[in-house]
Amino acid sequence: MITVSGISKSFKVAKRTSGVKSAFKALFRREYTEVAALNDISFAIKPGEIVGYIGPNGAGKSTTIKVMSGILVPDKGSCSIMGYTPWLDRVKYVQNIGVVFGQRSQLWWDVPVIDSFDLLRDIYDVPEAEYQENLKLLTETLDLGDLIHTPVRQLSLGQRMRCEIAASLLHSPSILFLDEPTIGLDAVSKIAVRQFISRINQEKGVTIILTTHDMNDIEALASRILLIGKGTLLYDGDIGTLRDKYVDETADGSSSIEDIIVRMYKEYQIT
Amino acid sequence: MRAYLSVFRLRLSMGLQYRTAALAGIATQFFWGFLILMVFVAFYSQSSIDSPISLPQIADYIWLQQAFLALIVLWFRDNELFQLITGGNIAYELCRPSELYGFWYAKLLAQRLSGALLRCFPILLVAAFLPEPYRLNLPATFEAAILSFVALLFGLLILVSISMLIYISTFVTMSPAGSLLLFAVLGEFLAGMIIPIPLMPSWMRSIVYALPFRFTSDFPFRIYSGHIPVNEALKLLPLQLAWLAALVAVGKYTMSKALRRVVVQGG
Repeated sequence: MITVSGISKSFKVAKRTSGVKSAFKALFRREYTEVAALNDISFAIKPGEIVGYIGPNGAGKSTTIKVMSGILVPDKGSCSIMGYTPWLDRVKYVQNIGVVFGQRSQLWWDVPVIDSFDLLRDIYDVPEAEYQENLKLLTETLDLGDLIHTPVRQLSLGQRMRCEIAASLLHSPSILFLDEPTIGLDAVSKIAVRQFISRINQEKGVTIILTTHDMNDIEALASRILLIGKGTLLYDGDIGTLRDKYVDETADGSSSIEDIIVRMYKEYQIT
Repeated sequence: MRAYLSVFRLRLSMGLQYRTAALAGIATQFFWGFLILMVFVAFYSQSSIDSPISLPQIADYIWLQQAFLALIVLWFRDNELFQLITGGNIAYELCRPSELYGFWYAKLLAQRLSGALLRCFPILLVAAFLPEPYRLNLPATFEAAILSFVALLFGLLILVSISMLIYISTFVTMSPAGSLLLFAVLGEFLAGMIIPIPLMPSWMRSIVYALPFRFTSDFPFRIYSGHIPVNEALKLLPLQLAWLAALVAVGKYTMSKALRRVVVQGG
């Protein structure tokens, strides 16, 4: 379903040291460094999988998601998702995917949430019956209730986040990219979102790629993880194997998933 | 098509909720209209030569400009779009199955129409009942009225396609200030918003006539007052359409270029 092979992407970053002197120097000669955000990333994902995509800050997780959702054009490599190349067949391809960027908003700030939803229905050309059915399901499972009639600017972060997730699913996508979807959620909403994610995965067979820093999210949802560090893919496989490998023998039996990840980051020297 | 209509509707209904802004706008436009007209009345009373445009035609020109300001000025802008580009929320716009140029075009069009709908009627109504020489006169002929309306609509489309270029330039410059200022000042002058084009010296007029800006306001308003006769206007209409097609083509091309190079930072 998803095949990514040899994707590389680098960004040009203007560099200078602090202070007026170097700022003045930069007026005449600017130094750029190439930062390799992604370096030869390859993996494949089967339909109906939930894959956790993890790595420390700045590892390239979001960049990968952006490449896979057709927003960024990579420097090298190829990517085929449901037969499309995301950045070439963008308009046709995105009809089939849903994306949640935890740090950004897709809802219109000044109008009630439902207005944004109705707009998305028209953008994706969702048939009315299907739309109503999805809306009902999303409202129930994400506990949106009255929220959808409130202007977005008056929602709290957690409330907005739940609406954002709903907004990405109105058109019944078959692949869902979640880039830190549990930012700012309280314990109750977090569990509601997790249950919801596994429910749409089981009932509708939606393929899900999830990035997060909350390892409990990963543990609750993903059986397979991809570990990325400094732009390179370091581990692709079962979360249980990882746990067995990095479990701390000196501690009394059970290490938390957080400890395991920290030890793993250390071994790969990517922190 | 449904998507473009839908964003048009949503932006229109959103724009119509800003009542206070519209009231303030109406007051400002009356003030400006009077101020400019008084200057012209003073000029015309002292002039001994035959002027290239009559005072009543100037009055029409000025009041129509003020009434339809939201349709004809380049500084009327959508800050949300600028934030979308510089802030990175464009990531979401890019994962929609619609063509971004048309989508933003519909948004900008709706914003301008909602602004004009709220403002134009009070201004037109009051200006029509002012004493001479300040009065907004009836259109020269029935054909002129229809034709100036059509020309104003095409002019609006031209204006939106010019302002799309400002938004597209933000992909490169990351700040809208420069291109906004440049387009706003130059565009306004070249559209005859500061000095009516018939009053410009002939060398300047030949420059202005070679550019698209005059089609947004000067052209429709002069048809209205009969300064450009109907048969001549019909000859110029294809040129207006050609400009529209050219500007949309340039906008679409540069936008697809810009999108290939887009970098969504952070997150």
